[in-house]
Amino acid sequence: MRHVISVLLDNESGALSRVVGLFSQRNYNIETLTVAPTDDNTLSRITIVTMGDDEQVEQITKQLHKLINVLKVCDLADAPFVEREVLLAKCRAATPEVRAEICSLADIFRGQIVDVTSELYTIQMVGSSDKIDAFINTASKNIELIEVVRSGVCGIARGERALRA
Amino acid sequence: MEKLSGAQMVVRALEDEGVEFVFGYPGGAVIDIYDALYSARKLKHVLVRHEQAAVHAADGYARCTGKVGVALATSGPGATNCITGIATAYMDSIPMVIITGQVGRPLIGSDAFQEVDTVGITRPIVKHSFLCTSAEELPLIFKKAFYLAATGRPGPVVIDIPKNVQNPKNLFDYEYPKEISMRSYNPTLHGHKGQIKRAVKLLAEAKRPVLYAGGGIVLANACQAVRDLAEKFNMPVVSSLMGLGVLPGSDRRFLGMLGMHGTYEANMAMHNSDLVLAVGTRFSDRSTNSVPKFCPNAKIIHIDVDPASISKTVRVDIPIVGSIDIVIPQMMGDVEELGINLQERNLDEWWNMIAGWRKRNCLDYDHSSSLIKPQAVIEAVNRLAPDAIVASDVGQHQMFVAQHFKFEEPRKWLNSGGLGTMGYGLPAAVGAQIAYPDSTVVCFTSDGSVQMNIQELATCTEFKLPLKVIIINNNALGMVKQWQRLFYEGRLSQTCSPEYISAIPDFVKLAEAYGHVGIRITRPDELESGLEKAFSINDRLVIVEVLTDPSELVYPMTINGGAMCDMRLNDTETTL
Repeated sequence: MRHVISVLLDNESGALSRVVGLFSQRNYNIETLTVAPTDDNTLSRITIVTMGDDEQVEQITKQLHKLINVLKVCDLADAPFVEREVLLAKCRAATPEVRAEICSLADIFRGQIVDVTSELYTIQMVGSSDKIDAFINTASKNIELIEVVRSGVCGIARGERALRA
Repeated sequence: MEKLSGAQMVVRALEDEGVEFVFGYPGGAVIDIYDALYSARKLKHVLVRHEQAAVHAADGYARCTGKVGVALATSGPGATNCITGIATAYMDSIPMVIITGQVGRPLIGSDAFQEVDTVGITRPIVKHSFLCTSAEELPLIFKKAFYLAATGRPGPVVIDIPKNVQNPKNLFDYEYPKEISMRSYNPTLHGHKGQIKRAVKLLAEAKRPVLYAGGGIVLANACQAVRDLAEKFNMPVVSSLMGLGVLPGSDRRFLGMLGMHGTYEANMAMHNSDLVLAVGTRFSDRSTNSVPKFCPNAKIIHIDVDPASISKTVRVDIPIVGSIDIVIPQMMGDVEELGINLQERNLDEWWNMIAGWRKRNCLDYDHSSSLIKPQAVIEAVNRLAPDAIVASDVGQHQMFVAQHFKFEEPRKWLNSGGLGTMGYGLPAAVGAQIAYPDSTVVCFTSDGSVQMNIQELATCTEFKLPLKVIIINNNALGMVKQWQRLFYEGRLSQTCSPEYISAIPDFVKLAEAYGHVGIRITRPDELESGLEKAFSINDRLVIVEVLTDPSELVYPMTINGGAMCDMRLNDTETTL
């Protein structure tokens, strides 16, 4: 089962390694990880996507709570939430036909071309992980992808639910 | 405001915390702190002979006093030598502050001489850690470290201090914080009222209740409260290895230790109970045996200060997160408030069942053997020094002590329960004797364990510590040998070879080499008199080497993969 764990923690050196360590020492895989300061720059927000059964995730959530630097933890997947990932993809754009194909694909997925050379286009796209997966899947059949970078998921609960200090 | 260097702040912060003793070993990255210690007026330093022993000694000090133990070591190998000690304290939730030196900040990450990433290496075995970046942070970091170590679920906290931060030439304002609060750390102390009411009602209705006491009760200084509760509900009490002493060993309600080498009556009571009240315990695998078969007919109430301990292995019916010293009085209050009449409750049937199990006398052993039985040694020491603080190493002798020594009070039993660290006993006893110079401190150890930190005999010489070191010498690494006999077709690999045996040192001569007294006991008829002689010497350390029966195994022993009631009772009988 897929879990999207949100963590609010002190923005200090070492705090992230404590969080990541809890996963690695239990041999749990982290699918994606994003981290950045919040509007209060003494705090960071981490979003971790992981697969695991409910008991494993309950235990890791408790262990996350127990870390001294951690203020709040929640599993966003417990209730409706919004998730977004950013994709940057560099693809070969050598001929007019391929360039047209790239623009059309980007349009369909509401992406933008953010860098252009005579040979290469770079596409930027925002969406859920599913949407990004679908784009990569389609693009890899029709155009030559040189490089793909994904930000990993960041997420926020829908409605009233909020993670604040 | 007072001006101090970083190194002076370390010493002053410890003094301001009320620390009396720091156990340590000097080195290049802490030389400035040692220079500041040189002129310390209140703080006393105990020089050990290995950094691992510094941490164990601070741990032993912490366990018997309830105060935060403090150890000090240099960077690199000093810090890595601390690792086993820190992990030992972490597994048993012992409040400790470990101060390590670090190479100067400009050198960090350059593979400098005696550089290791101490905060990184210790990360999974500490409650928290700090890498100081400037001397001005030191007072707040020390305040936080002691607060974190001692509150909530206690544990070791590491403070890593780069050498430049200690620089005696740079002086800063020093003021030790009076109070501390941390927005991200706020342990739950009071139990949930609704849960407590439900728990009390279940307790009052139970026909076959058991109180399962863990080391958390000792850590919370809640033994009297738990004793009162057990009396109020007339409940039988079993104890984990760490909970020995919560109930007096001689109390009629006490059924002994549970688990792998627990008593027959304790394990049978657990298995047959209809309600387990687990207090300050983490349901370790050495206690529960197979989790799916654990206490099949029991509802489980679990009280613990650490939410992460709840339902970690065993699913519980009523979790209560809170400090035991607060939750148990809350429960007692509810008995009155709910008007529960415990007089009408009759547990005779349950107590009769227990009496039947007790008759089995599962800890009995051969009293007529021509060889000394290890159990007899423990019992003899118990008779001579019933109030002693007892440190133990790890292995068969540790289990024999847990089974046969009657701990009447908490904080008198120092042993590495969670990590099972051989070499813990002697340095832990050092810490205890430093804390209580006038008390009798006994260290039970063995030919295997004692050789893992035997260098501490020198520390005992220097500080004139009159320990009684009882070496149960069975010419073997006994616990592994026991498993090899039972589960590896008697293939005794590396546990009792003639070469191993011939290399065991002459412990009497060894004692004398360090300036101690050595006594060797080889026959059952010498046991009492030999031990009496040892306990009559109070100005020096005495090593008593007792040659015991090498074939003696620790029983009962639960059968792996079974329920708690599935036990080997001796070499030939099982409960199956």
